[in-house]
Amino acid sequence: MASVTYDHVVKRYTADVTVVKDFNVEIKDKEFMVLVGPSGCGKSTALRMLAGLEAITEGQIRIGDRVVNNVAAKDRDIAMVFQSYALYPHMSVYDNMAFPLQMAHMPKTEIDKRVKNASRILGLDNFLKRKPRALSGGQRQRVALGRAIVRSPKVFLLDEPLSNLDAKLRGQTRIELQKLHRDLETTFIYVTHDQVEAMTMGDRIAIMNAGILQQVGTPGDIYDHPANLFVAGFIGSPTMNFVPVTTSDSTAKASGFDVKLPKSVPAGKATLGFRPETLTDRIGDQHNAIDMSVDVVERLGSDQFLYGQVGSDSVTARVDPKMKVEPGDKVRLGLDTRSLHLFDAETELAQF
Amino acid sequence: MDFSVLLQDIPTLLVVILGVPALLVGYIVGAEFLVRRLPDKNRPQVRPWIWVGPALAMVAAILFIPAIATFIQSFQDNHGNFVGFQNYQTQLSGFPSSGAWIAIRNSIIIWLVIYMILVLTFGLTMAVLFDRIQYETVVKSLIFMPMAISSVASGVIWKFMYWYQPVGANQTGTLNAVVTFFHHDPVAWLQDQWPGGLAILNNLALITVATWGLTGFSMVILSAALKGIPGDLLEAARVDGAGEITIFRRVIFPLMMPTVVVVGTTLVIFAIKVFDVPYVMTNGNFNTDVLALRMYNLLYLSHNNAAAAAVAIVLLIAVVPVLIFNLRQFRAVEARR
Repeated sequence: MASVTYDHVVKRYTADVTVVKDFNVEIKDKEFMVLVGPSGCGKSTALRMLAGLEAITEGQIRIGDRVVNNVAAKDRDIAMVFQSYALYPHMSVYDNMAFPLQMAHMPKTEIDKRVKNASRILGLDNFLKRKPRALSGGQRQRVALGRAIVRSPKVFLLDEPLSNLDAKLRGQTRIELQKLHRDLETTFIYVTHDQVEAMTMGDRIAIMNAGILQQVGTPGDIYDHPANLFVAGFIGSPTMNFVPVTTSDSTAKASGFDVKLPKSVPAGKATLGFRPETLTDRIGDQHNAIDMSVDVVERLGSDQFLYGQVGSDSVTARVDPKMKVEPGDKVRLGLDTRSLHLFDAETELAQF
Repeated sequence: MDFSVLLQDIPTLLVVILGVPALLVGYIVGAEFLVRRLPDKNRPQVRPWIWVGPALAMVAAILFIPAIATFIQSFQDNHGNFVGFQNYQTQLSGFPSSGAWIAIRNSIIIWLVIYMILVLTFGLTMAVLFDRIQYETVVKSLIFMPMAISSVASGVIWKFMYWYQPVGANQTGTLNAVVTFFHHDPVAWLQDQWPGGLAILNNLALITVATWGLTGFSMVILSAALKGIPGDLLEAARVDGAGEITIFRRVIFPLMMPTVVVVGTTLVIFAIKVFDVPYVMTNGNFNTDVLALRMYNLLYLSHNNAAAAAVAIVLLIAVVPVLIFNLRQFRAVEARR
């Protein structure tokens, strides 16, 4: 159990290939921190530097108060779950889980106790003698988790551990991982490209893009107050609507509608952002009426998404699933003006 | 070269160039024609045999039938009279220092064990050491290069390495130049039967030559097995707290084991069959005889076909179990993929 601090960390492979740029995050003790971003954004590299599998070019990484820049991976007292699970194919499930404990020169009886305990938690009791080859994907994933938890490490690293599971199992394991985090009371650092995993599991989320940390915050915070255009577009599904507007005082004028902004902004060009769920078939006091010509209708049972045009801009709306709409229809929708976002056209930073 | 001889006999040439393919095509068309007239359920049983047939016939003609003939001959004298085990008796009498015993000892003990261990150890060490260096391909190509030299040529090369001049004379052999530089008397590497007439030293000198020739082979195969181990397994072991030596012992080596066994048994077969290096370098003198060389000398120098047949059968009996084990192991490795 320990906190983890990234202090101005840089990872550079060659002079002009920098994959992590000035990365600063403080992960609190017992926190579930999710590093999320599109592939190639440097999130895995950030994790691997913490694990000791990649050298740190500049800056410091601390586990607790200890600077680990020059500590070998084997001496960092961390456990890691790999995307491929990285189980030792020639060892039984029991030996796979016992391996890190044997490396720590733990007495046999203690090893046995811990492995049995972990396998009970993960429901692997009946598979201890099997080789990884003879297990299903989900079982292998649990063995990989087991190998990590037997050690009671200071920090628990998970590198896209769910991406090789099918959708249903992924949902289940997500919940199991959260339970595990609660039970183990250890710091978890979880890397994923899936914003749903990030939103559902993280105490806090750190969003990265192109090697640069974009925003750190609780899932709610990030969803409601994205710091910039990238974060706003990355979090949420379907993605936020972005409409180019011309602002003057507290009105924003788009190609198909005008909207009153909650506060006045300097005149000029900007990008207006609003999530699909703020554009609905309800038109109340706080709503701005918008006419949309529908191109595609997606019915999901609990939701209905309309994809279409407002003026010359593509927009997504989320309406009541019972509303009867066909492609080609023109519908009048209400835009909730209380949850608008405005992004600077040049810096892409959120103005509110 | 003068090819006019060939041209004089154009009809024969035509028969060979056109006749053999024509015969094969005729065989296949004819056989298929017959197979199609079979009832549906028998066809899948018969058809594979039709296609394997020519190959089987060739194997039989140049392998099985001669092997059986040799086996029969080993129980006959040189005039074709049945003599029971007498050929074997002659070869195996005079234990431990005469007859075939020196060859048996050298082939089945010294060559088999030491050669296999040396080639495996060097191959494995080099595969592991050169795995992560910068000019990996260049270094590996260099080590693989002796494979391109025929054993006979490498025997000749190493003869210069081992060359011996009496004490006091200029040592033109590379090894003896080094040895005398350290004020030691020159060593007659190929003749010296150290220790005490057991002839380990000169046999070792021969084994070194064969090892030099084949280390590249075992390195390349073992290196491929090493590269087949996923990198994240090693990373996982590192995070799990294992040092590099432990990782090799507990993760890398066990995963390479099936390949090590395949290479090892292949080497055993090579070792038992070894012929060229002793033939070129010592011709079996000074107690460096091996089974294959003995068979050759009995056959072509002594014209003792019966005795040669008996030695050949001893050689066959030594190789076959290893061969079967090797094939099984190879299949097991393939099945794991």
